[in-house]
Amino acid sequence: MKNLMNWIEYRLPVVEKMKIHMTQYPAPKNFNFWYFFGSLAIVVLVNQILTGIWLTMNYEPSAEGAFRSIEYIMRDVEYGWLLRYMHSTGASAFFVVVYLHMLRGMMYGSYQKPRELLWIFGMLIYLVLMAEAFMGYMLPWGQMSFWGAQVIISIFGVIPVIGDDLTLWIRGDYVISGATLNRFFALHVIALPLVLVILVFLHIMALHEVGSNNPDGIDTKRDNDGTVPEEAVSKFEFHDNFTKGGKKVIIDSIPFHPYYTVKDLVGLAGFLFLFAYVIFFMPEGGGYFLEPPNFEAANPMKTPEHIAPVWYFTPFYAILRAVPNPLFGAVAMFLAILALALLPWIDRGKVRSVRYRCGLHKLNLVNFCVSFVALGILGVLPATPLYTILSQLFSFTYFGFFILLWFYSKNEKTKPLPERLT
Amino acid sequence: MLKHIIAAAALLASTVALAAGPNIPLERAPVDIRDTESLQRGFKLFQNYCLACHQMQYQRYARSFRDLDIPEELGMEYLMFTGERVGDHITNAMDPADAAEWFGDAIPDLTNVARVRGPNWIYTFLKSFYKDDSRPFGVDNDVFPMVGMPHVLQELQGVPYKAYETRLVDGQPTEVYVGIRTDGSGELSEEEYNRAVADLVNYLVYAGEPYRLESERLGVKVLIFLAIFFVLAYLLKKEYWKDVK
Amino acid sequence: MSNAPVDHGRRRFLTIATSVVGGVGAIGAAVPFIASWSPSERARQAGAAVSADVSKMEEGQLIRVEWRGKPVWIVKRTQEMVDSLPNHENRLRDPESREPQQPHYAQNRHRSVRPEFFVAVGICTHFGCSPTYMPNEFASQAEGVRSGFFCPCHGSRFDIAGRVFQNVPAPTNLEVPPYMFTDEFTILVGEDEETA
Repeated sequence: MKNLMNWIEYRLPVVEKMKIHMTQYPAPKNFNFWYFFGSLAIVVLVNQILTGIWLTMNYEPSAEGAFRSIEYIMRDVEYGWLLRYMHSTGASAFFVVVYLHMLRGMMYGSYQKPRELLWIFGMLIYLVLMAEAFMGYMLPWGQMSFWGAQVIISIFGVIPVIGDDLTLWIRGDYVISGATLNRFFALHVIALPLVLVILVFLHIMALHEVGSNNPDGIDTKRDNDGTVPEEAVSKFEFHDNFTKGGKKVIIDSIPFHPYYTVKDLVGLAGFLFLFAYVIFFMPEGGGYFLEPPNFEAANPMKTPEHIAPVWYFTPFYAILRAVPNPLFGAVAMFLAILALALLPWIDRGKVRSVRYRCGLHKLNLVNFCVSFVALGILGVLPATPLYTILSQLFSFTYFGFFILLWFYSKNEKTKPLPERLT
Repeated sequence: MLKHIIAAAALLASTVALAAGPNIPLERAPVDIRDTESLQRGFKLFQNYCLACHQMQYQRYARSFRDLDIPEELGMEYLMFTGERVGDHITNAMDPADAAEWFGDAIPDLTNVARVRGPNWIYTFLKSFYKDDSRPFGVDNDVFPMVGMPHVLQELQGVPYKAYETRLVDGQPTEVYVGIRTDGSGELSEEEYNRAVADLVNYLVYAGEPYRLESERLGVKVLIFLAIFFVLAYLLKKEYWKDVK
Repeated sequence: MSNAPVDHGRRRFLTIATSVVGGVGAIGAAVPFIASWSPSERARQAGAAVSADVSKMEEGQLIRVEWRGKPVWIVKRTQEMVDSLPNHENRLRDPESREPQQPHYAQNRHRSVRPEFFVAVGICTHFGCSPTYMPNEFASQAEGVRSGFFCPCHGSRFDIAGRVFQNVPAPTNLEVPPYMFTDEFTILVGEDEETA
């Protein structure tokens, strides 16, 4: 047995990798509640992949058969309703954990140097996730699947010169049709999940290269130049990769395994409790996870009374609608996402954590959260004149967050950073 | 051209949502899918009054029989007017083209109608027909103005009409709308009619999610299990984190 | 690191307890995935028992009903056919139907509930072809035996009770499905008193 292990280890250093990424990976010891959502996102991803594979076994990707096959899964396949609700609830859960994960990064400056690339990978994951969710929502071929896709795809039509041809090309037909459904199905079940898994891998590799940030936002890997007090140095054994053969000392850190695996287990249990509650008792999520019109088969001749995208798209949808000119609206929507991706360069501050940044930054972060949530609510509501004005207001404050940040972060008055994690 | 589509879609979301929708507040439907007898009565009403035009094409007879504790032989004899085998879906033989000609639109399938409209909508809808000779079927509906179907439950309810009373408003005698009354020609009293509509809505709620009770039974077990797992995981975490100070 | 000694017993107990409970959870989570592969309601309804009216059958006639996608024969045997059954038993591979190719109530010489009605899955036990019914001309395949079934694919021969002859490719007698008489002339194929 030992010989076999050695034989494998020589050819594929599994144990070594486990040490680097788990048992001897130094994680700051002061991770709080906000640090659950990274591992939870992986759990949800696995849930989506597994239930997705199982749904594919009975789903029929055609305009004629899609809706019926979903009802077949829900009614005729044993536990089909459970697998389907796990998948549909999982889609919303994915965005819940990803949004909280992103907010964590913003609070503790996890996008700042040297974690810019990590943040970019994260934003790419977010983008792919949005595409994945959009295409997935189309597959049940209900009224919202159809008309939501109709609206979102026609957004591409605002691009000057090529817009009309582009939407035609995306749809593969003059309207959304079986052709569109089939290509979206292929992307949803094969192409995008593949890209997603690769991006998640890169995201984690990039994280483990630079090391985890922490709620205090200070470096836990210090040069071993004798300035670090003896009692600050972690007593645990960490991999040479991180100590650079003694050139670095690691303070206030603990091995990821077992300490954070057992901690994440607690977070997992709590998350699964809420997740299961929604699946078993309120799978429609109050009409936000599964929208009522989507229980009616797609009908190209009849528009639902009120088209709203699924909740996780609504902040950007509200920005799109807030701008009177459709082209500029689409540009604003695009910029809203781009601004997030450029956060590492918009924020010119040197202090990472909100704990030690100026009062204005705290207010500004609250402003961002309020704007984002308000836009999310407005995106669900019909665009009455009042709501449009509110959407414009909150779009303004949303972008205001980034503009303000750019200005005050340059010469920000910050609190003194602690020497050690608190 | 496509710019217009966007503008139209955005507009649509705003205007249509306001234009349509019921003119009156919805009543709360007394739904209880654990009440098997109510579901059985609702199923019977559906078969007798709805199925002639509306299908329930995703639900099988066998499923309704099983879930509603109806023996197959009895169900096939008294409740199965369409289909041949007990495993068949609850469909009718109406040609969609004919339907579009007679009613001006495709007739919606009712399997999921309680999930599309909500039980309160259907409940209030079925109680809001009133006589209006200007309409093709002689009735209109405040929940669904310009409704394109007859009042099929009229033989149960009687002919409903909008009742007005003369009342003093600011010292002036004024005609005030006081609700829907019937001419008493129906087979059921008002209370019995409300009960019948509630039964029917109850069945439609059941048919939208026939696995609802199974889901909740399983859900309780899963939540109890997860609570136990949470406690264990929490104790385990505390134990390991004694190392960390 | 605290200086308090680690309580290894407690730690091991909690680790094992959490692992066991977590393992049970994982198995529980696997249930819907595994169960969803069993025949769906559609498949089960399509495979439900089929009833056949045999009141108008003539003597010697064979009718077919479809059950679970397979042809099931119902033959109304003549008295002569039933009487001939013992005559060629020394040439059969399994004359007493010892192989479990039939429900116990059909484990008899005529392999049926009532001697005159023979019910069997019309698929050769060799490679799955459907044998040909030869009510009178079977002697051309088996000398001295007037009626039986002949499989054209590889020449397997079965007598009028579906019992396989020796020296043919088919290894066992024809399969008898579960069935019962719901009244004197109605046969329900696919369900019997035990499964109903």
